[in-house]
Amino acid sequence: MALPPGVLGAATTHMSAPGSSSSPATPTRRGTELALLGFGLGLVVLAFVLISENQSQKLKPEILLYIAGYAVLFGVAHLAVRKFAPYADPLILPCAGLLNGLSIAMLYRLDPALAQLALESGHGYSNAAPKQLLWTALSLVAMVAVLWGVKDHRTLSRYGYTFGLVGLVLLVLPGVLPCSISCVGGAKLWIIIGPVSIQPGEFAKVLIILFVAAFLVSKRDLFTIAGRKVLGLELPRPRDLGPLLIAWAIAILVLMIETELGASLMFFGTVLAMVYLATERSAWVWIGIVLFMGGATLADRMFVHVQQRVANWIDPFADRGDTGYQMVQSLVSLGSGGMAGAGLGAGHPELVPVVSSDFIVTAFGEELGFIGLAAMIVIYMLLALRGLRSGLAVRDTFGKLLAGGLSFLLMWQMFVVIGGVSKLIPETGLTAPFLSAGGSSLLASYVIVALLLRISDAARRPQASRPKPQAPIAEASTVLVERPT
Amino acid sequence: MNKPLRRVGLAMMVMVLLLLANLTYVQVINADTYANDPSNNRGVLEEYGRQRGQIVSASGTILANSVETKDAQHYLRVYKNGPEYAPVTGYYSSQFGATGIERAEDDVLNGSSSKLFVRRLSDLITGRDPRGGNVQLTVDPKAQDAAYAGMTAKSFSGAVVAIKPSTGEILAMVSTPSFDPNPMAAHDNTTQRDTIAKLNDDPNKSALNRATQETLPPGSTFKLVVASAALANGVDDAITKNLPADPTITLPGTSTTLSNFANETCPEATNGQVSVSIAIEYSCNTAFSTLAGKVGKDNLIQQAAKFGIGQTDLTVPLPVATSTVGSIPDEAALFQSGIGQRDVKLTPLQDAMVAATIANGGVRMQPQLVKNILAPDMSSISSFSAQEAPGGPALPKDIADQVKAMMLLSEQHTGGAGKQANIKIASKTGTAEHGTDPKNTPPHAWYVAFAPADNPQIAVCVVVENGGDRGLAATGSSVAAGVGRATINAYLAGGG
Repeated sequence: MALPPGVLGAATTHMSAPGSSSSPATPTRRGTELALLGFGLGLVVLAFVLISENQSQKLKPEILLYIAGYAVLFGVAHLAVRKFAPYADPLILPCAGLLNGLSIAMLYRLDPALAQLALESGHGYSNAAPKQLLWTALSLVAMVAVLWGVKDHRTLSRYGYTFGLVGLVLLVLPGVLPCSISCVGGAKLWIIIGPVSIQPGEFAKVLIILFVAAFLVSKRDLFTIAGRKVLGLELPRPRDLGPLLIAWAIAILVLMIETELGASLMFFGTVLAMVYLATERSAWVWIGIVLFMGGATLADRMFVHVQQRVANWIDPFADRGDTGYQMVQSLVSLGSGGMAGAGLGAGHPELVPVVSSDFIVTAFGEELGFIGLAAMIVIYMLLALRGLRSGLAVRDTFGKLLAGGLSFLLMWQMFVVIGGVSKLIPETGLTAPFLSAGGSSLLASYVIVALLLRISDAARRPQASRPKPQAPIAEASTVLVERPT
Repeated sequence: MNKPLRRVGLAMMVMVLLLLANLTYVQVINADTYANDPSNNRGVLEEYGRQRGQIVSASGTILANSVETKDAQHYLRVYKNGPEYAPVTGYYSSQFGATGIERAEDDVLNGSSSKLFVRRLSDLITGRDPRGGNVQLTVDPKAQDAAYAGMTAKSFSGAVVAIKPSTGEILAMVSTPSFDPNPMAAHDNTTQRDTIAKLNDDPNKSALNRATQETLPPGSTFKLVVASAALANGVDDAITKNLPADPTITLPGTSTTLSNFANETCPEATNGQVSVSIAIEYSCNTAFSTLAGKVGKDNLIQQAAKFGIGQTDLTVPLPVATSTVGSIPDEAALFQSGIGQRDVKLTPLQDAMVAATIANGGVRMQPQLVKNILAPDMSSISSFSAQEAPGGPALPKDIADQVKAMMLLSEQHTGGAGKQANIKIASKTGTAEHGTDPKNTPPHAWYVAFAPADNPQIAVCVVVENGGDRGLAATGSSVAAGVGRATINAYLAGGG
């Protein structure tokens, strides 16, 4: 499994002629990607048409701008993938693009309603849809930049500790900054400078996954050495628990200073999954779950806001007018949508507080119904599973671990978000990747897409074009030469 | 590392399954519980986010419509000539619900009626036109204006109902004193609350639709029903003088007396006897009490039922209170019922229906206020069609014509304003005593009529409560007849 880097390294130096006549057997499948993007565009167009018809009984010309902008952006992104990652998985970009497009449509649909509510309460409101389109453009630029800059994902493993340090700083930074520039709605997750507000935690999670992957690859042996057996479970040696304990401590720290459940839950869950991937030992998962349970109990005892979230999870209707209001409204919204939904633009998701970010899934649930939301979840699963599949196919350990970690993060975050708004688990205040309004989340999500595209490209790239490694002269086989006569 | 990758993939699929299972519970199994949560005001927002349809008169004038506003509720309900049409339109309040046509035709006006579906291509895509449908009423502004003006000129409390005899279309429905429905539709909740408090506490009951909801003793107008019963059952004929002309009779089995108006002897008597026709012409009480006794309780109740009296579920589509002849426990009660007293109580609409039925040759038409259901673009969806009331004709044609002839004679002896030489009216007045001290309580003045007698286009019933402006001296002719004739004249002058 763990091939020496040099063996595969040669492949990347010869990528100048991808898909050339040297490997006619491996299709690039870029045509499939284009067709799927076209299909996604069709759905996005339909969404805009329905919204416009339902909200104003006519087709507003402005939807053409959104549709055209969306089509151009993903057309360009597709061309960039053709150039920089021609063998990339053909489903990853279309899945992300479709979710992203539906998000812009939903924000376009919510804007008038939210502006009206803001007007009534005397607040200002600036439309989220144009901003989201702009952020989509920036995010796709970032995606292409990563594809262009990272020709081989394995080079990233060299900067593991750097990523880890920067990631940790970003994770903790809003927590230590004064509340005036980091607090939004009770959680210290932001850095707000003038009109720009970013959530550094969104980037931190990607950087930390990069670090953990690099770290686990380099220390993999440590984790696989068997400890004692207890109840049929092979425990690792106590001293090898170190990294996991550190991760756990950081998660608790983040929870304490940022008064936010979601980020620490994301962080800890993903690290745990990656430790399991690296060691193949389920003991780590159980230990992790025990640690999590301990931490959760501790948090519930110590922090009022955690108690509140748990109370709202158990029975949001108990304090429906105050702390349970948002949760109750989310459930009412989902229930009003029912099986088939109210129809895009025909419901009232704006009645749910912060519907455009944390609760955007509720908006989809109300207007597209269970059927529509289930379809979106399946698209999400498809995206995550394609990422995972790239991990299965790629040949290097770092790539496998990175693809596994990123894919798990996507699905895990979606689980925590949707489970949160639908009362499966306590609500945590995370954003839904690709769906929620907000630049940081979108940018980070497309960096993940870029990394998955890069890994899947490496996995599918034909190996035939690789020249035979030059064997050292000492090991070269002897050649029968014609005896001079 | 592929084995754990596959397991992680499996874990991810389990997460998806958990999410879908939970969403199935929230959005399908338990959806109604959540959707019906009291904090869910989507229903109200739906109503106000949509432009409610118009209510228009028969001639197309707008009686109620929704105008766009800049506030959160988007549309404000406006009632032009609010008080004049309030008994018909009712009000539409976000807090206190709706009344009148606003309530009866709510599903059309708010756009949820299945009649409005699939009208346009976009309906197929978006489900339905977000605007409501429109309701065109049978009410004719000329008749309504005249009736309302007549009632309000002297601040009468009462009602006017006009019906087109051949179709049952309600041409006018006035109830006074009336109220302004506009403040009930105000976006400001306080205004709505204050208004409904005022209406509820109003001693004049201005929010009551007297035309459909109030039952009053019909007095002598009920003699039309008694005469019909006598003639239709062969108990008596129109011209045989076999009824007492005495100014006073004693009710059977009692010592109570019953008198003619002003204690007069019925005119045109031969040997102290008068005919049914003469008794109607001069509205002789003693003759009609005796006639009721001859007709008998069962025949009277049956004939009354054929005119619609006693129907409990009449809607036009406004619900109409049940008119009744009472239980008539004994002979004395039967005698009193014969002149529309005792327990006989009719709605003005019912009494108008009696006149309309006689006008229409004995065939009672189902009364109706809605002429047309219109799509948001004003194209007709389903229009009114005249329907005979259930139970067959109330009277054979020849008997209806005989009663009509009596009414023509009655009109000749009826005073009051508004007589026009070119309009031949058939009518009957009533002056109904009521209350615990009937002789000292101003009576209810009634006037039922139709015209032109040869080809009736309009039948009216006017009731003015408590003597109107005449107090104890009030009679049907002096108080109510003028309003009735003004309504008829205005309608016929407009070409009906």
